Amino acid sequence: MTATASATPRRRRRAPVGVLVRRTGLYAAGVAVFLFSVFPVYWMVATAFKPVGEIFSKDVRLFPATLTLEHFDRVLNDELIPGVNFWEFLVNSLIVTLGSVAAGAVLSLLAAVAVARFRFRMRSAFIILLLVIQMVPAEALIISVFINFRRFQDATGVQMLGNLTGILVVYTAVALPITIMMLRGFVASVPRELEEAAAIDGASPWTVFWRILMPLVAPGLVAASIFAFITAWNEFIVALTFLGRSTEEYTLPLSLSYYFGRYGTEWGAIMAASTLLTLPVMAFFLFAQRRMVSGLTLGAVKG
Amino acid sequence: MAPTAEAVREQSPPEPPPPGGGPKPRRRRSLSTPYLLIGPALAILVLVLVWPIVQMVWNSLHDYTVRNLLPNAPAPEWNGFAHYRRLLTDPEFWAILRNTVVVCVLMVGGTMALGTLIGILLHKLPRWFSVTVSVGMMLAWATPAISASLVFRWLFLPERGLVNVALDGLPDWLVGSGWLNYNWFLEPVPLFSVLIAVIVWQSFPFIAVSVLAGLKSIPHELYEAVRVDGAGGWRSFWNVTFPMLRPLFALLLVLQIIWDLRVFTQLYILANSFQNKSVYLLSYYIYQQGFSASPANYGMGSAIAVVMTVMILVVTAYYLRIMIRQGETR
Repeated sequence: MTATASATPRRRRRAPVGVLVRRTGLYAAGVAVFLFSVFPVYWMVATAFKPVGEIFSKDVRLFPATLTLEHFDRVLNDELIPGVNFWEFLVNSLIVTLGSVAAGAVLSLLAAVAVARFRFRMRSAFIILLLVIQMVPAEALIISVFINFRRFQDATGVQMLGNLTGILVVYTAVALPITIMMLRGFVASVPRELEEAAAIDGASPWTVFWRILMPLVAPGLVAASIFAFITAWNEFIVALTFLGRSTEEYTLPLSLSYYFGRYGTEWGAIMAASTLLTLPVMAFFLFAQRRMVSGLTLGAVKG
Repeated sequence: MAPTAEAVREQSPPEPPPPGGGPKPRRRRSLSTPYLLIGPALAILVLVLVWPIVQMVWNSLHDYTVRNLLPNAPAPEWNGFAHYRRLLTDPEFWAILRNTVVVCVLMVGGTMALGTLIGILLHKLPRWFSVTVSVGMMLAWATPAISASLVFRWLFLPERGLVNVALDGLPDWLVGSGWLNYNWFLEPVPLFSVLIAVIVWQSFPFIAVSVLAGLKSIPHELYEAVRVDGAGGWRSFWNVTFPMLRPLFALLLVLQIIWDLRVFTQLYILANSFQNKSVYLLSYYIYQQGFSASPANYGMGSAIAVVMTVMILVVTAYYLRIMIRQGETR
């Protein structure tokens, strides 16, 4: 590529070798990056399929000698506490994740329409608030939120800690600033003329919203929802703190702790459970990766 | 996406009528509708994120422990700046603060350098190959923090961890001996090394993919121009790529700093307890004071949280200024 710049015949003859070397180097680097990215994931899955004997053997093999489903069987079917197994934790995870995604989708779509379509006095203040809020780490707020939930619970009797309600509320709030900003871009990019034309044809605002705006904003809503899903699905520390000893309310990430430490660590089961935890996120990532990048770096590369 | 959105916004009149409706309801709606629309989101943001920031500051100025939460307990007492004074004179806190900054710089630097290099590599590879590598990177990116931490713990485990076995198998003149039983999780330097490895492994794909997207937006003619001037890869990066992507790099840097300053889950799995104060980072210290110390010290935990929040806001003030100046808030 670069070597062809020169016009002398001698150099031109040598050029292909240089290009070949260069290209080989690039490909080798590509392969290295691929292996570096994939290897820990491979190792997680490979360990999940190894029989206990091989995991505890000092003869560590890169490829499992025999494959077994014993760890998946243990994770999926054993009751970690009486009456509670993987499926209960999965249901808990799905409740908080889907609940916060649904609530977040409605709240952020409404706010995004307001910010993209209306001029009002608090508009700038609201957007600056969203930007600033994203910067404040949830880890710094967890003590205050915990105390608030505790006090609210004591005052009203509505349980916020030790069940899924509190973490559902927190997950919804934490994802909001980013999902509103993502959706705002999508709403703003729908030409206003489309809506005006429909309105002139006699469509009600409601019809305009559902028939014109929604279909065009739907991809953004999907991307924002996937972002919110992944945030809630992976979350560990808030769930750990707010659920405390209510182990039957644990989400999937917390359920991993059952295989960790207590009576010696079960690496096979940990890796099998980690694999199951990772699968949905991977599926979503492969699906929405590009939109999430543009959502996260929104407004950074302009003209 | 962004430029078109900006253009659409530019065209719109300052008080655009909402679609549909007669003249009367139109005026009334344009006054209250936006507030009704942001109302629910604003309410939950204020309750769960904004108000707790205020309380965090308030808590940090009071003697506030778990005892104050008991029924009929006295209200927390104002203690001036006792928590802050104690922190400032506590060598342990300074060590944790120093470790946090050093570890964060190494994580961010490693992630940015590796991510940028790989972004450029992806740009140079043929499309099919670049897509294949990207899909591999998605796997690293998509792995939940808890799974990633557990896998790295397993990889670095004494005796059976693949890394220890591999290091032990390498010739002694290259890496030294005795790796098989080496415990990575006791001392700060080895533990933080593993921590940095997990974080960089999980974070570089986002940087690489963002840089790749940025590179695709740079007109090819610019590179041809500097090539005619005889610039090599290094100079064309500093003369074309970097200036063109400066806003992107600034944003990625800020995001990465925020994310890496608050690392918790990975440390929680690698350190596995709160016994060893020498491997704490700030976020870990907050949590330990708030939930693991006995009695849980909310005041002190909040004071450390204030320190961390101020650090992050100082770093991001620059970024916020850019965003506001670019008209993101218009």
